[in-house]
Amino acid sequence: MSGVPLSWYLILSAVLFALGVAGFLLRRNVITVFMSIELMLNAVNLSFITFSYQWKQVNGHIFSFFVMVVAAAEAAVGLAIILTVFKNRSTLNIDDISSMKN
Amino acid sequence: MDVILFLIFAAIAVICGFNVVVQSHPISSAISLIGVMGSLAVLYLLLGAEFLAAAQVIVYAGAIMVLFVFVIMLLNAGAEIRHGRSLIAQVLGIPLLFAFLGLMLYFVQHMFPGAAEVRFGGFKHGTALDVGRALFTQYLLPFEVVSVLILIAILGAVVLAQKEME
Repeated sequence: MSGVPLSWYLILSAVLFALGVAGFLLRRNVITVFMSIELMLNAVNLSFITFSYQWKQVNGHIFSFFVMVVAAAEAAVGLAIILTVFKNRSTLNIDDISSMKN
Repeated sequence: MDVILFLIFAAIAVICGFNVVVQSHPISSAISLIGVMGSLAVLYLLLGAEFLAAAQVIVYAGAIMVLFVFVIMLLNAGAEIRHGRSLIAQVLGIPLLFAFLGLMLYFVQHMFPGAAEVRFGGFKHGTALDVGRALFTQYLLPFEVVSVLILIAILGAVVLAQKEME
């Protein structure tokens, strides 16, 4: 029975990260942009766990766990900010929420 | 068996991830993202991270995505309107993205030629026991700090989302 090469996991992680970056750059809806960030965090988690397997250490799992906790906190605060912005501006399009730009 | 499972769930993850980016309605993106997280949980199990696979399903696919879907419902978000204003993201971003992906593939292929093959059961220290032991001995200070972070995040979310008191 043959195993899966370790690099396949890393390539999958890179592909998912690139998809997250693409969503972050191309999408205009603030909720979808936020979901793209979650996709990138998931890709990085997969890398951590793959390297944890490579070095037979549990430390990568701990880092992945902390990433998960921070993602949960970030989702709570970020979605609260989106709610507030929507209440004040009545839009979810990030092109219309650019008052901090200039 | 390992290869077949990996290929199936990697394909599901990539297809769902692509779907997150191309769907115009946020609720479709959210459902696709749940698919990505579920298939990633299976890959975590293949890598021997059983505690994190469970945490992935409970925290990500459960709690965080419910929060997302709830906000999408609450704001009644429809399909997005495109202004086509951020041209630089499309002109500069997409080629740079492919360059990044190509570089990553090149380095991954050349940096780990002799890396171990991943077999199910090859790493048995990802249980709740081992993760908990590392978390409460070696990483006790980060654990406490992150609990304060969660507390601040809860307070921040409540303060931000509350109704304005007249």
